[in-house]
Parts: sequence; C-alpha cells; structure tokens
Amino acid sequence: MSATITGAPWLRPSRALILRGLLLAGLASLALLPVLNRLPADSALHVSDFVVAVSGKWVCYAVLALAIDLAWGYAGILSLGHGAFFALGGYVMGMHLMRLIGPRGVYGNPILPDFMVFLGWKELPWYWWGFSSFPFVLLMALVVPGLLAGVVGYLAFRSRITGVYFSIITQAMTYALMLAFFRNDMGFGGNNGFTDFKELLGLPLNTAEARAALFYAALAVLAGALWLCRHITRSKLGRVLVAVRDAESRVRFLGYDTTQVKLAVFVLSAMLAGLAGALYVPLIGIINPGEFSPGNSIEAVIWVAVGGRGTLVGAVLGAFTVNAVKTWLTSFAPDLWLFVLGGLFIAVTLFLPRGLVGLLRKGEGR
Amino acid sequence: MTPGSLYLDGVSVVFDGFRALNSLSLIIEPGELRAIIGPNGAGKTTMMDIITGKTRPSEGTVSFGDHDLTRLDEATIANLGIGRKFQKPTVFDALTVFENLELALKAPRDPWSCLRWALSQEARRRIEAVLAEIGLPERAQDRAAILSHGQRQWLEIGMLLMQDPQLLLVDEPVAGMTDQETEHTAALLRRIAGNRSVVVVEHDLEFVRALGQKVTVLCEGSVLSEGSIDHVQNDPRVIEVYLGR
Repeated sequence: MSATITGAPWLRPSRALILRGLLLAGLASLALLPVLNRLPADSALHVSDFVVAVSGKWVCYAVLALAIDLAWGYAGILSLGHGAFFALGGYVMGMHLMRLIGPRGVYGNPILPDFMVFLGWKELPWYWWGFSSFPFVLLMALVVPGLLAGVVGYLAFRSRITGVYFSIITQAMTYALMLAFFRNDMGFGGNNGFTDFKELLGLPLNTAEARAALFYAALAVLAGALWLCRHITRSKLGRVLVAVRDAESRVRFLGYDTTQVKLAVFVLSAMLAGLAGALYVPLIGIINPGEFSPGNSIEAVIWVAVGGRGTLVGAVLGAFTVNAVKTWLTSFAPDLWLFVLGGLFIAVTLFLPRGLVGLLRKGEGR
Repeated sequence: MTPGSLYLDGVSVVFDGFRALNSLSLIIEPGELRAIIGPNGAGKTTMMDIITGKTRPSEGTVSFGDHDLTRLDEATIANLGIGRKFQKPTVFDALTVFENLELALKAPRDPWSCLRWALSQEARRRIEAVLAEIGLPERAQDRAAILSHGQRQWLEIGMLLMQDPQLLLVDEPVAGMTDQETEHTAALLRRIAGNRSVVVVEHDLEFVRALGQKVTVLCEGSVLSEGSIDHVQNDPRVIEVYLGR
C-alpha cells in the first residue's frame, strides 16, 4: 500500500545499513589518519601533515554542519549566521591560546598578548579575565555563542519572525560582528586576530602528537554531536521540531510554546557551532575576523543542502564532500570555486532536493 | 470538571454597524450533537469565533458550565475543553498518524519534557482508542502525507479528541469529501457525541440528515428555526430564505 511511495520496503533496511556503514567506515578511516602520519615518509601508506591538518579542519566543519542541520533541517530555522557562533567559539579558544603564550611573545610581556603591548595597553581588560583556565574557556565556548543565539532568537521568535526575514537578520548579525572584530579597540587583535600559538594543555602545538590529539578530540566531538542530535531528533522533541518546521501555527494551537521550542534548539545549535570553532582554532593555528564573513555561513548551509537536510548523516557527508571538492579545485583554479559552489547549490536544489543522502534512501524518513 | 452546557443568550456582534449576530440565543446540552446550517453570512463562523474567544460579543451572555467565556482568552478557553476544528485540515505530513496523535496527547509541553518523553502503556492505549474511534487503526504507521482528504479530516478530529474536549466545534467537515467519506464522518461524529457535546456547522443537507439530530437554522445573525431536519425543511420561513432558492 505504501510501497509505491516509500520505496520497496525490503530495500529500506539495506539502504539505511549502507549509509550507516559508510559513515562508520568513514569515521574509522579518519581515525587512522594520524597513525598513518607516523609511518616513515617513504612508506606507501604515509599520510602528510597537510592531510591530517585538513581532515581535522573538515571534522570541525562537519560539527558545524550538524548544528545547522539540527536547526534548519528539523526545526526549519534557516540561520545564515552560524559562522558567527563558530567564530565566537574560535575566538574564545584563541583568547586562551594567547594567554598561554605568556612571556614567549615578541615583546616578552608575561600577561599582555603582543597586540595589546603594541597598542600601548597597560593592563588586561576585564573581559579577558579567567581565560587562562581551560575549563572556563570550554564553558565560555558554549556560553558565549549560546547567549548570543538566545538573545537574537528570543527577540526574533517572540515577534514571530520566520523564514527569509530571520535568515537576513542572522546575516546582518554575523556581518556586524565581523566589522566589530576588525576594530583594534575591541581588544581582540583587530584584523590580524590571534596567531603564533605555542601550546594547549601543556602540549606544544605544531608537533605530530598535538595534531593527532586535536584531531582525535575533534573526531570525538563529532561522534558525540552525532549521537546527541540523533537522540534529540528521535525523541518526541524531534517530532515537535518537524511539526514546527511544517506547520508552526498548528503546533501552537496544540498548546506547545513554539517560541520556547525554537529557542531551545537554536541555542543548542549555536553551542555546537561554538564548540566546533573552539576545536578548529588550535588545529589551524589562527583566528581572525574573516571567520565572521557572511559568505562562510552561507557556504556552511550549502554543505548541509548538498548532503541532505534533515538527515544528520547528510550534513556530515556534505561538509566532507563539498570541502574535498573545494580543496581539490582551489589547488589549481581558485577563481572557479565560487561559481562551482553556486552551481552546486542550484543543481542540488533542482535535482536533489534531499541531497546526496536522498540518492541513497529515496522516500524514506522525513 | 463537570461537563457543562454551552449557553448563548441575546448575543450580538456588531462590526462597523453590520450586525453579524443579532440577539442570538442557543443552548447546547452536555453530550448533545447539534447541526447548525444557514446561508452565507448567517453568522455561523462568527458564532464559533465568539465561543472560542476569538471575537468578543458587543452584548449578551456566553457561558460554558460555570465559566463566562466573554472574559477568557483563546488559550484558556481551549484549556477548558473547547476544541475547534477549522475547515482546512492541518495535520503534520512528515509524521505518521500515530505520531500526529501522540503530539496532540495531553502531556507536559516544554522542550525538556518532550526530549525525555517515553510512551507509557496508558498513553499508547489512549492513542489506540482514538485511532479506533476515527477508524484509522491500520494506518497508524503511515505518514499523514499519504492519507486521503477524508482521512486527514478524521485524523484532525482525532487530534482534537486526544485533548479530551468537553465541547467540539466542527466547521464544514465534509466539504470536498466523497459520499462514502461523508457517511463515515456522520457516523464518526454521532459516535463521539455522547461523551462530549459536538456542534457541526455544515452546508450539506444530506450530511445533516445523516447526523439525525436537532438542527438549528441561522439567518441574519439569529435563530430562524430549530428542530428535526424534517421540521426545519418544512418550515416556510426556512424554505423562503434558504432552501427555496
């Protein structure tokens, strides 16, 4: 009866299995990368530092994509400003790494980061207090993006701002933050941002051990985020989110406070994005206001669209696929990238509304 | 909460000098099934709006049991157990029939409780009872998107039933239905009345006949005639303004 619409039922479990197998195999082979990196350089299986660093970056992007998918794919909240939450998490971690440089900076000031000495500042601003403590930084990487999402989300959802209007507001938010972080007097290093990090948790960065540790940390966070998002979307809360996405006013008539529901998922999503940003900065060794650029947020949404929105696995798949294409293409034709990205988005919207995952499980799920 | 009667006395609603309701008086007893018919502009929808708190009367009394409905807002009235089914069915296409009913089930509505929600035996029985009542038990695991128009209407009625209403207001339930679906709907509404009052606003006289209950004819904002379908169909005033045309 339903077979014609949901696809042959006997194929469904195997398709889901293929997808899950693909994901597990992908994560497992990723986990091998730092090991292969330690092989002698002339070994056929040797993996360069570059590959480890780039893959670690993609793992962080995958967490960001998951965060976007939770809000957009399930609750229908299309944020075009998630790059801002990612960058804020990155800045929080950057502040920690700056504090850990200590007297090893160019100016040798044990307290003040170089850029503050350069600006002639005499003491650490109050909002830099506490950032030498790792647990505090970890907390802030969640709290700062969560707080911003809470304020923006509360104001928008309470006034019932939805759809494209909300997307535009979030674009403006990330753009405004970019302009603010460019200013030297903000106390976040102006357009240079933070770099020249030395160590994290006593481990000198720029060693194979540190890279491997950071890579595994990112992978663990990705696995944890996948589990968390899956737990949420499979609960009744997940079904409420889908209902809000498809017919919000009807959900309100059922007695649900949709403002509260949307706010909860948006804040959680921003926190995940912040955590991804905090992992990203020690991996790539720099954070600057460019991370807030509106294009970054849009690109992240395209990863999710390409992978398949509302599927979680698709977000991860999309982040890896699009970034792989980007890395490959920009190595020989960087000017083409934006055209390819735009074309990819149009093609996916027209021909693959459920993304790459839609190819694998036609009609199944939601 | 004891089931109450719905009581409208001398209710008038004036929009910019236009009297949408003109001294309307109506009593619906607990457990009664009542059909309301009338030409366009007779005030049927305005009457529903008054009962659910969407519109305030200019004068008159509207009460349900001991509650004065003219003083309460929409959410409070809904929580008193007055459910309203709008003309256009809105069920959640991406969810299954069972999940649609589960969302409507009375339970804590905050995100945290929803996350920790586990379907109890009692909740499952309650959902299965409503599934049986609306005649969709074998469609429980199908997504709402693939239901027929009639089945979507029944599912929506089911979602109202999950909230355990004392009084159900149903607006044109059989518009666009096949004859067979119309028959099923009449049977369904007859079945669910008894435990609760049901008020049906409808144009389709065959359907009203199938309900086999007391009929109220509205015209120009007040009651023109009231009684069995045969009584009102033979009432000369009704024939003149409504049926005769």
